[in-house]
Amino acid sequence: TNEWRLSCVNKEFSVCSSYPPVVIVPKCVDDEALRKVALFRQGGRFPVLSYYHKKNGMAMLRSSQPLTGTNGRRCKEDEKLINATLRSGRRGFVIDTRPLSVAQQARAKGGGFEQEVHYPQWRRIHKYIERFNILQESFIKLVEACNDQSHNMDRWLSKLEASNWLTHIKELLTAACLAAQCIDRESASVLVHGSEGTDSTLQVTSLAQIILDPRCRTIRGFEALIVREWLQAGHPFQQRCAQSAYSNSKQKWEAPVFLLFLECVWQIHRQFPCSFEFNEQFLIMLFEHAYASQFGTFLGNNENERAKLKLPQKTMSLWSWVNRPEELSRFQNPLYEANILVIWPSVAPQSLQLWEGVFLRWNRPSRFLEEAEEERINIIKYNKELQAKVNTLRRQLAEMEADEEVQEEP
Amino acid sequence: VENVKLLDRYANRKAASGTLYLTATHLIYVDASAEVRKETWILHHHISSVEKLPLTTAGYPLLIHCKNFHVAHFVIGQERDCHDVFTSLLKLSQPVKPEDLYAFSYNPKMSKENREMGWKLIDLKLDYQRMGIPNDYWEITDINKDYEVCNTYPPKIVVPRAATRAVVMGSSRFRSRGRIPVLSYLYKENNAALCRCSQPLAGFSARCLEDEQMLQAIREANPGSSFMYVVDTRPKLNAMANRAAGKGYENEDHYENIRFKFIGIENIHVMRSSLQKLLEVCEMKSPSMSDFLTGLENSGWLRHIKAVMDAGVFLAKAVGEEGVSVLVHCSDGWDRTAQVCSLAALLLDPFYRTFKGFMVLIEKEWIAMGHKFSHRCGHLDGDPKEVSPVFTQFVECVWQLMQQFPCSFEFNERFLLQIHDHVYSCQFGNFLGTCHKEREELRIFEKTHSLWPFLLQRKQELRNPLYRGFTAYKELQPNTLPFSFQFWCGMYNRFDKGMHPKQCVLEQLLSLVSHKVTLEDDAAQLENKLPLLDGPLPSEGCSLPKAGSAAPRAP
Repeated sequence: TNEWRLSCVNKEFSVCSSYPPVVIVPKCVDDEALRKVALFRQGGRFPVLSYYHKKNGMAMLRSSQPLTGTNGRRCKEDEKLINATLRSGRRGFVIDTRPLSVAQQARAKGGGFEQEVHYPQWRRIHKYIERFNILQESFIKLVEACNDQSHNMDRWLSKLEASNWLTHIKELLTAACLAAQCIDRESASVLVHGSEGTDSTLQVTSLAQIILDPRCRTIRGFEALIVREWLQAGHPFQQRCAQSAYSNSKQKWEAPVFLLFLECVWQIHRQFPCSFEFNEQFLIMLFEHAYASQFGTFLGNNENERAKLKLPQKTMSLWSWVNRPEELSRFQNPLYEANILVIWPSVAPQSLQLWEGVFLRWNRPSRFLEEAEEERINIIKYNKELQAKVNTLRRQLAEMEADEEVQEEP
Repeated sequence: VENVKLLDRYANRKAASGTLYLTATHLIYVDASAEVRKETWILHHHISSVEKLPLTTAGYPLLIHCKNFHVAHFVIGQERDCHDVFTSLLKLSQPVKPEDLYAFSYNPKMSKENREMGWKLIDLKLDYQRMGIPNDYWEITDINKDYEVCNTYPPKIVVPRAATRAVVMGSSRFRSRGRIPVLSYLYKENNAALCRCSQPLAGFSARCLEDEQMLQAIREANPGSSFMYVVDTRPKLNAMANRAAGKGYENEDHYENIRFKFIGIENIHVMRSSLQKLLEVCEMKSPSMSDFLTGLENSGWLRHIKAVMDAGVFLAKAVGEEGVSVLVHCSDGWDRTAQVCSLAALLLDPFYRTFKGFMVLIEKEWIAMGHKFSHRCGHLDGDPKEVSPVFTQFVECVWQLMQQFPCSFEFNERFLLQIHDHVYSCQFGNFLGTCHKEREELRIFEKTHSLWPFLLQRKQELRNPLYRGFTAYKELQPNTLPFSFQFWCGMYNRFDKGMHPKQCVLEQLLSLVSHKVTLEDDAAQLENKLPLLDGPLPSEGCSLPKAGSAAPRAP
């Protein structure tokens, strides 16, 4: 489609320090307009294209909160930008990951939300996703519950519930389904944002793409998704993934935002075991490397910092290692069958399970589960080899029979 | 009845209209509105309750709860029809006489010989032989052939050779319902035995020489150990309360060389209530995660499952690792005792994890040893206080083990669900009545069919494609920390298809495994036709010889 263009307005990181040098915006919006829009959005994070749904031409944009403040400031360029993604006569949805009350209170500090009077074609939905600092508390409680060695079922269930971790999973999956529904079922464009646009926003947009886009479920597609929606999009990995769950010192910016996203991918994977080219080990590997890695991929908080740290020159990329055939073979899902479907996960509590592979990894033996995985792989591999052999034999037989016919002609 | 809607938990408004049929055995709902005709069958015997709900704009609702946890919410257009269906279902779902049960009218096309052979498929004597019995210490006795010893035990029981007739009869007078200590499982490698009985009629101070001699005989049948365990699976308080009624538990001072232990599994009433609460949680319309987890905790269900599992683990460890014999009982020795003994055997012996072995286990520890299926499962219109999900809990423990040890069982989850369905369906005679004596009186073996051949015929769908074989694992040592227990969505929300994974790995693997057989045949046939073959067949492969020795043809 030629309704979009690449803009290099941020190539010096001067318009938005947390954005990448190149972004995708509607064609009709020029760089000057973008500079103005950047002044209207927190941290300069103006709306950019996150995902384009080929099936019906709908778009998902993401940004940070508009700086409407208490005076009801507006920015015509911002309105024009997002309106450009609407089809004639149709409306769009703004998915705000803050509760309405928080969004309203944000105005007192210069933030705010898109007001109906200025954005009449957009309907606002508040789909609350927990703020990142609450997530860290939740994470610590869950890990503590998993390490409890007392044989008390009530206590375990109570602690699991009190951690609220699975609640966050359910909330995030629900929000992503909502965004995906707007795009696929309602055929409407969507703008997602929270406050800063660097945490819950990215969780929602990337997870929605897992639901909508089969390519994101391939290994390369998923890697590209992470690069686009997390690394380049400026999720502050350095701040969020410094300590994990065991540190004594409470870091203000620490939060398992990326882990929550990975776990939601795992939950969907569990419900659609044949729809992902990668396996659970791949997700666990990414989780580990986000926190501690010999590769430079997850260092820094955004592309600006990575350029300053000269990471491409001084470090190796995780992808260059992962994508080697001998490494990749460990991460492939033997049950994968490419399909073109949009997949809708169930968010019923009964459908969501604790991610044992991460949270109980060191508390229980994995031998029996590994043996089961080996069996699965063997069954599938053996059938493939047999099928190939049968095909070869059939071909040989056909050729032989054809030759016989030729020879028998008088 | 026409103009009936079947609502599911989500799409309440857009449900299509269909037709409801009532036959002698089933309720059948047919939805012919979509391209594909959809039928929902509910066996009358499976219905545990029918309720009329308040009138709505859509019509007259009828809520049916089933014993296999199927919940069907119908809305019927006309009040008269609704009432008729309601009263009919009440009557059809609560048969009064055993002869009314489905098993007595179930009549598949089968010869008389095949039907009789079906009953002979499982022979408990062969299992005892497998354990090495009869041997120097244990014998199969027919002392109970006329039910003189105990009328809820089978005619043939296994007791220590050293136990004389007097000892057996004396002990039977000292045990609740005459349920004397008998062998459940013998661990051949070390002679440790798992035995079961009911509570002794000890009160505060009564003794019985013969019963003490019985335990001594059991202990001495295991020369490798100087003592034996006596395990009471009840909470200590309940057992103590029984003493006031002249029953109770074994006093370590009276019985030589026993170590006594309470394990604390709750009684049938607590379990009935626990399941009720669990099902309420499962039926919640759109619960939050908190609602669900809190509800799960408050039901106590997983706590009870863990208690049963912990008991099974203790018994298996005592017998398998410590080499110490164990005598287990609860009150009557037909509920908690059956659960923990069959679980322990499963943990110890890979045979019971095969199709045949599991059938033997159920026939032995549950059916023969007098678990009161008819009462516990509410087959007939009877005392609701006797109903309790004892067998359900056992089946769930097996499922929990399958989650921890996916390659250790020959069968899959569906096998368990089928058995569970049929325990309640009364389609087969195995689970009718309360004990062997009653089954003989009802002439089950002449008039009904056995479940086991029916299931064995369906082996291909009920098998575990990941099974690594009989010798791959010996004893199972499950982790019983609370986080090891999962909520069994496939049982308690079985019919809420939306909650389950949308792609079924089991299906995929089963079809691959059956396709493999076809492929192997094809490969063999092609190989036979081709005189020359380049390259070997894949490694797991068939080892059929190459055909003939025809010379290669010139191209």
